[in-house]
Amino acid sequence: MAIVYKAPDALCDVPMHYCPGCTHGIAHRLVAEAIDELEIEGKTIGVSPVGCAYNNYLYFNCDMIQAAHGRAPAVATGVKRSLPENIVFTYQGDGDLAAIGTAEIVHAAARSENITVIFINNTIYGMTSGQMAPTTLLGQVTTTTPYGRDASYSGFPIRVSEMLATLEGPAYIERVSLHDIKNIKKAKAAVKKAFKVQIAGKGFSLVEILSTCPTNWGLNPVESLKRIEKEMIPHYPLGVFVGADLEV
Amino acid sequence: MGQKLLMKGNEVIAEAAIRAGCRHYFGYPITPQTEIMHYMAKKMPLVGGVFLQAESEVAAINMVYGAASTGKRVMTSSSSPGISLKQEGISYIAGAQLPAVIVNIMRGGPGLGGIQPSQSDYFQATKGGGHGDYRMVVLAPAGVQELYEMTVEAFNISDRYRIMTMILGDGVLGQMMEVVNFRDEEKIEKFDKSWAANGHENAREHNMITSIHLDPAVLEQWNVGFQNKYKLISQNEQRYELYNCEDAEIILVAYGSVSRICKGVIKEAAEQGITLGLVRPVTLFPFPVDAFEKVINTPKAFLTVEMSAGQMVEDVKLTVNGRKPVYFTGRMGGMIPTVNNIMTKVLEIKDNHR
Repeated sequence: MAIVYKAPDALCDVPMHYCPGCTHGIAHRLVAEAIDELEIEGKTIGVSPVGCAYNNYLYFNCDMIQAAHGRAPAVATGVKRSLPENIVFTYQGDGDLAAIGTAEIVHAAARSENITVIFINNTIYGMTSGQMAPTTLLGQVTTTTPYGRDASYSGFPIRVSEMLATLEGPAYIERVSLHDIKNIKKAKAAVKKAFKVQIAGKGFSLVEILSTCPTNWGLNPVESLKRIEKEMIPHYPLGVFVGADLEV
Repeated sequence: MGQKLLMKGNEVIAEAAIRAGCRHYFGYPITPQTEIMHYMAKKMPLVGGVFLQAESEVAAINMVYGAASTGKRVMTSSSSPGISLKQEGISYIAGAQLPAVIVNIMRGGPGLGGIQPSQSDYFQATKGGGHGDYRMVVLAPAGVQELYEMTVEAFNISDRYRIMTMILGDGVLGQMMEVVNFRDEEKIEKFDKSWAANGHENAREHNMITSIHLDPAVLEQWNVGFQNKYKLISQNEQRYELYNCEDAEIILVAYGSVSRICKGVIKEAAEQGITLGLVRPVTLFPFPVDAFEKVINTPKAFLTVEMSAGQMVEDVKLTVNGRKPVYFTGRMGGMIPTVNNIMTKVLEIKDNHR
């Protein structure tokens, strides 16, 4: 009998700790499938963030390094500069990458470090129980914006992909979403392309993945997927910001 | 045959690191250590190594964390305010048990302070600085030749114990020029790096470098392991110099460039018929308690001299443990104690113990 569906080899066979309805699991699977299909597990080194994905070093079957909050791009830089022939990726949330780690991501992109960044944008801090993130939408209620995010007091949400796309360094930046099957397939292609860009030595690649946080949004999983489509995509449009014509 | 060169302290540190097999350096400019960066920028490309100017000290220490995770010999350097910024990464490196070398060419503080030499980061270097129950090995060279030898040794110690080693110098040492005798070849010891995250090539289980253990019982066991390692290092790695201690009435205690001033004081005192000795800690962690046991019965008192408000003196007091009086004199803010400053204190102590 032919196997038509199986767990990727690049994922360890262990239970994940993510909440029901959270799309981290899908994002992990997409990364693992890309690693499998490109046959790079043996030479890939991943960098885990601080946040909900802090211990995904237990989930990915490649060598893994856990980094301090926001510092994953600097850690990945140290790894890639030591082992330029290996494949290096970071997996970071929006608190990690877009708040405390802003300097590190901007400069890794500016240097065009030949690494791949998987950036999960769910407009909230998940792990610490739902505080405002730099990506939190105006009006969005969080535990630290209980009356809704007010631009006059808390400023505006940051569009990371667009911001990084103003730099000359990045080779490939795309924003994708996990809110339905069609978009998950596009996300898969984007993640795979990002790794291929690195393998080809083209430089910095980043895939921003619009993701859910049902627990801290106070929505059920289905409503959460709808929120991505109805509220997030209008502010965070999907598409390729750098490298649309890049063939790898 | 070796090679005899006149070189600046900071440049010697960089040269020594390269000779010790360090091919990865990540730094950020700050006075008075920037010549280390300049030297690395020039030399690393010539030896196939990596010099990278990071966007901040925070990024630099995390690049060190990444490079050390792959098992490579790696170094960063900075001066006091920059070392404060690196403390987060230092704590993570301690927690993940990674070998790495960090250089602190101290300047006066607190805050932005000044750019003149100081020893006011002793507490930060030896007692923590970052969060958690950790230690790093702290070496205190007193001249350019020692900057060379101890930088090489720092890499071996780091690899031997999977620990961070700090070269704790001051602006005097970094900026001074002296003759240094380089060996033809360094003794680079080989160490097991099977723990490294360098790609498993489908030949072993995946390696994980981490400092997080949410189960407190597990985290406690990690800490027990760290403490056992620090105990072993304390047994094996204490280094010190005893100078003129045999019949000393008062024994001075000083490290780094201050120890050299103290040798001047000893000479000056001898001319006045006063016999002084010197205990010079070379490792600040582990603190060389053995040195004090050897001389504890000799002097009437100890006098600790530092370019600080009195930091190492606390370890001297803990070690002497009330068996002899322990005095302190020092200068702060980048001022260097003079022979006269120290002699004044010596005479005062001598008066107290007639």
